[in-house]
Amino acid sequence: MLCNDRILLDDWHVVADLDHLSKGGIEKTVLFEQPITVTRSDTGVIACSDTTGPLPCQVKYGFVWICPGTPGRDIVHIPEAFDEDRYVISGGSFGVQVSGLRVVENFLDMGHFPFVHAGWLGEEPHTEVRPYQVEVTRDDEILATECYFHQPVASPTAKGGIEVQYTYRVYRSYSVALYKTNPLFDDRMDYIVLFIQPVGPEKCVVHSMLCYMKREMTRARLRWFMQLIFAQDKPILENQIPRRLPLDPRAETPIRADKAAIVYRRWLREHNVHYGATVA
Amino acid sequence: MKLYNYELSGNCYKLRLLMSFLGVDYETEAIDFYPGQKHKSPDFRQINPLGQLPAIEDNGLVLRDAQAILVYIASKYDADGTWYPAQDPALLGQVMQWLAFADGITATASAARLHDGLYYSHIDVEAARKGAHTLFRILDEHLFFAEDAGQAWICPSDQPTIADIACFPYIMLSEEGGINRMDYPAIRRWCDRFKRIPGFIVMPGIFPAGPAFEKPAA
Repeated sequence: MLCNDRILLDDWHVVADLDHLSKGGIEKTVLFEQPITVTRSDTGVIACSDTTGPLPCQVKYGFVWICPGTPGRDIVHIPEAFDEDRYVISGGSFGVQVSGLRVVENFLDMGHFPFVHAGWLGEEPHTEVRPYQVEVTRDDEILATECYFHQPVASPTAKGGIEVQYTYRVYRSYSVALYKTNPLFDDRMDYIVLFIQPVGPEKCVVHSMLCYMKREMTRARLRWFMQLIFAQDKPILENQIPRRLPLDPRAETPIRADKAAIVYRRWLREHNVHYGATVA
Repeated sequence: MKLYNYELSGNCYKLRLLMSFLGVDYETEAIDFYPGQKHKSPDFRQINPLGQLPAIEDNGLVLRDAQAILVYIASKYDADGTWYPAQDPALLGQVMQWLAFADGITATASAARLHDGLYYSHIDVEAARKGAHTLFRILDEHLFFAEDAGQAWICPSDQPTIADIACFPYIMLSEEGGINRMDYPAIRRWCDRFKRIPGFIVMPGIFPAGPAFEKPAA
C-alpha cells in the first residue's frame, strides 16, 4: 500500500540526521515505500532525490526534510530549539518495525513507565496514572496537561527520585513532543520531539530532537539517556499486534490512562490519516 | 576500572554483566557511538586504534576486545576461578572455542541488528541473518545434548563461564535484527537460566526473567 493521504504527502518529513551524514556522504533511505537518496557534498550542500529525480528539501533543526507532494504548510516551528541555554541535538535515528503511529501513541503513554522503564522512569508498585487533561487546541494540536508521575531517574542530572510534570503535544500525525520537569530548575522544562519517518505502513525511523537545559548536562550523557530509554521501548513496540494502529474505537479497549491516545486516534480519523493505520 | 561504554552495545554489556556477577566496582565513560561515531574519532583511537568498543582502563592497563577483557576481568577478580577456569585445560579449551564462536554471533546477529536499527545500510542483512541461523542451530543442538547430559551451561562445568556471557547478548537481541528464536528451544531455556544467575542485570532490549516456578517443599 502506497500512501494516498494528502495531509501526509503534502507535508515535510525528516529523512536524515545531519550528525549521521558526513560531508561527502550519501544515505539511502525510504519514505512511504519509495527509495530516497540523500547526499551531502564536500562543501556541505544537501541534495535529495527519488527514482524520478531531485526532490525539494530543507535543512532544519539539524535534520534533512523532504516533501513528496506539494507543500501545504511549512515545517513545524519549535521555539525551544533556538534557546541559548539548551543543548539542541539529535538523539539518533532508530529503525523500528512498527507503524510510526504506534510510536506516537507509546510516547503519549505514562502507564508503561514502571514496567518498561523500571528503575528509570517509574517503578513498581507506583503504577497509577492520575487523571490528566487532554484538548485539541485552536492550532489543531493535541495537548495533554497536568500529567504527573514519580520517577526514580527522570534525567541524567537527577539526584534521586522526583515528581515529574509532563506536557504532551502532538504537532502532526507523525510528530510528537513532550515537556518534562528538569530536576535542577523550577521554571524551565526539558523538551523532546520525535520526528517519525514513515518508511512503510508497518515500519518507521524514529528521529529525535533533544532540547535539554545545559546545566550539569553533557551531549554524550544526554544521548546516552535518550537511547537507553528508547531502546527499552523498541522491543515492546515491535511486538505490538497489529503493527498498524487500529482507528476503530472498538478495536482495542482503552482505560482512563489512555485518554491522550483516544483523542489521538479520533484526531487521526478526523484528518483522514490512513497510512500506518487500520481503518474501520 | 573505567569502561568506555555504549549502552546499546551487546559487547559492552558483556563486561557490565561480568562485573555485576563478580561485584566489581567500575566507572563508565559514555562514548557517543551513534550517531556521533566518537569511537572512530582521533581521541578515541588513542585508546583503541581499531576504533571499536568496548575498551577498559585498569591501573594504567588499556585493553580492547570484549572477549579479551572478559578473560582479564575473570582472571583478576574471580577468586573462585569458575568464570575462567584456567586450571582445567580441557574445560578452558572449550571456553576459548565458544568465545571464538561468540565473535561469529557478533559478525552475524549483531550486524543484522545494526542494519535494522542503526542505519548500517551497507550490511548484507540477508547474509547476516542466514549466518546467525546457522550458528544458532549449532548452539541449540549443542545445548540440547548438554542438557541431556545434565549440563546447564555451554561448557561442561557446574558453573557458568565467560563463554555463556560472550554468547548471551547478541542472541538475546537477535529479534531486533529480524532473527527469530522460535526454532531454538534449547537456546531459549539456556537464556532463561542465564537470566537467573545471581547478579544478572538487563540492558535496553533485554528484560529480566519472569518469576521462577517454585517447587513445592518436599
